[in-house]
Amino acid sequence: MAVLTAPKIVSSRSQYADSHSMSRYLATDGFTALRKALSMHPEAVAAEVDSASLLGRGGAGFPAGRKWSMLRKAPVSYLVVNGDESEPATFKDHYLVEREPHQLVEGVTIAAYALQVSQAFIYLRGEFALGLERLQQAVNDAYDHGALGSDIFGSGFSLDIIVHPGAGAYICGEETALIEALEGKRGFPRIKPPYFPAAIGLYGQPTVVNNVETMANMPWIVNNGGAAFAALGQGRSAGTRLFALSGRVKNPGVYELEMVKNTFRDIIFDPALGGGIVGDKKIKAFIPGGVSAPWFTPEQLDIPLGQDEVAEQASMLGSGSIVVLDEDSCVVRAAWRITKFFSRESCGQCTPCREGSGWLERIMYRMEHGGGRREDLDLLLDLCDNIAPGLSWPPQQTTICVLGPSIPSSIHSAITNFRDDFIAHVEHNGCPHD
Amino acid sequence: MSYLRPDIRQRADELVSLYPQKRSAMLPLLHLAQEQDGYLTDEGMAEVAELTGTSPAEVRGTASFYDMFHLEPVGKYVVGVCTNIACLLAGGEELLDHATKTLGCAVGGTSADGLFTLEETECLADCDIAPVVQVNHRYVRTTTPDALDALVSDLRIGRRDDEIPPHGTLIRVRRNGGLRAPRAQVAAEREAAQTAREARAAKETK
Repeated sequence: MAVLTAPKIVSSRSQYADSHSMSRYLATDGFTALRKALSMHPEAVAAEVDSASLLGRGGAGFPAGRKWSMLRKAPVSYLVVNGDESEPATFKDHYLVEREPHQLVEGVTIAAYALQVSQAFIYLRGEFALGLERLQQAVNDAYDHGALGSDIFGSGFSLDIIVHPGAGAYICGEETALIEALEGKRGFPRIKPPYFPAAIGLYGQPTVVNNVETMANMPWIVNNGGAAFAALGQGRSAGTRLFALSGRVKNPGVYELEMVKNTFRDIIFDPALGGGIVGDKKIKAFIPGGVSAPWFTPEQLDIPLGQDEVAEQASMLGSGSIVVLDEDSCVVRAAWRITKFFSRESCGQCTPCREGSGWLERIMYRMEHGGGRREDLDLLLDLCDNIAPGLSWPPQQTTICVLGPSIPSSIHSAITNFRDDFIAHVEHNGCPHD
Repeated sequence: MSYLRPDIRQRADELVSLYPQKRSAMLPLLHLAQEQDGYLTDEGMAEVAELTGTSPAEVRGTASFYDMFHLEPVGKYVVGVCTNIACLLAGGEELLDHATKTLGCAVGGTSADGLFTLEETECLADCDIAPVVQVNHRYVRTTTPDALDALVSDLRIGRRDDEIPPHGTLIRVRRNGGLRAPRAQVAAEREAAQTAREARAAKETK
């Protein structure tokens, strides 16, 4: 049975139809955390967040407190919030921005105060037109309320937040590409090192880049204390997390669950959560953390929803999005479509990614649509191995950013677990499901 | 003489003044130019270049990187149908195929009456209501062929225009408030606040 006793930390207002309004926010403890934070020393606020052991909710899962502590001391530094949510099947930040935009604004303001940053940017996916409007309204509301701008609540602390629309590019979710886009350029990831924008970021200045959900946790952490947050979850995975469930389940949606306390079986099958497979079919496979992650099979349903627990099984919890494939789903088509996505979204800087993704896509296309050959399986794996040598997880890096090494995950998983399906496609000269 | 309409130009000037460096206003300004014309014209991009201190070539080179910017005319309504993984599993390819028939244009094409452009999109992050369809980047939540047809009929007679403005109009909420004062004044205010904070801290340590 699923464990549903944990408090809702970032989605507490979801039962209200007007959860995006300032009046609702103020009626539900809105800005109490900011007032409290402003009465504390900035370093004390940062220490509270550090003690919460909050792992970044963007996908890489780097400890937020440690990221903050790496910020190079400089007269000007920036806070950039990554809301370019584009990892396929990830829709939790979309949910947060549309439903609880004020919570995000308050969270960003608390973080900016802790970091003593006076300029913050929220880079939001351009396709989120409603989200952009609600977030801009929330920022306007905060200015009117004195919760943003000069001398916030009379504290002497000032902050300006700019809501910055993206324009359609998956790669801009990579933090250095996002910074390039914010500088008005093509979204090309920057060469590492430096590995973190905390050293050299926006305009060459120290910059912290945090995910939307990471920021949304700030008000609760300040109000309840880092220790209370760290008490939830288990091991390195503290607190709760938004899980985005989609695919062949009865109740797809965003669920806030305590980390580790539930398993993939719980979220997919519990009647209060995913409710099982559509038409009560059998589950064939599932993707545990966005399409960059290697797939899992039904034998792995009892793995807990925790960062290390999934990593130990050679995949990743990533962006917290789970896609379910049932017995009728075509794994070849699924892997082809994911590969097509990477091929379209590769920024083109690095050869293994640019050329590899297109080549893989063309082979997968003929496998699915007719013309696939038995020897294509070895060719596919060889190409995957050229992009991410060894095909291990976490993958070897041959490119500037992690988009390249993410490409092989779906094809490698599909061939490893469902080789017979590929053979059937070859023998059928196309998809047997059509 | 400004190519951008006075109201759009005014918003563009406001945007440029917000950012520490004006080139940062590139993407928002391109959205504004697209709001005026439905797509990016040479004249619009030239003015964005002037406003951001870049060349028209740099503007075009940047714009062409991003899927949302159109360098050719598009329909009044750009209909995007997602076929990425969650939508694929929910019949996204079939819905896209149906849309070509309803709209009378191929994927990537524009209908003869200039009303619709159809696009196959990547994941639009609304995967619990799949397949996902957006019109001018508004979620319309039509997941079946019948619902899509009804929507298209409504669009043809302008019945959804309050909710779905013409292509290019992205953010209708204007920024209101905030540190819009001239940069020097903002910097002075920040400095004064810093001094006040230091004075308070010094008092506390005493």
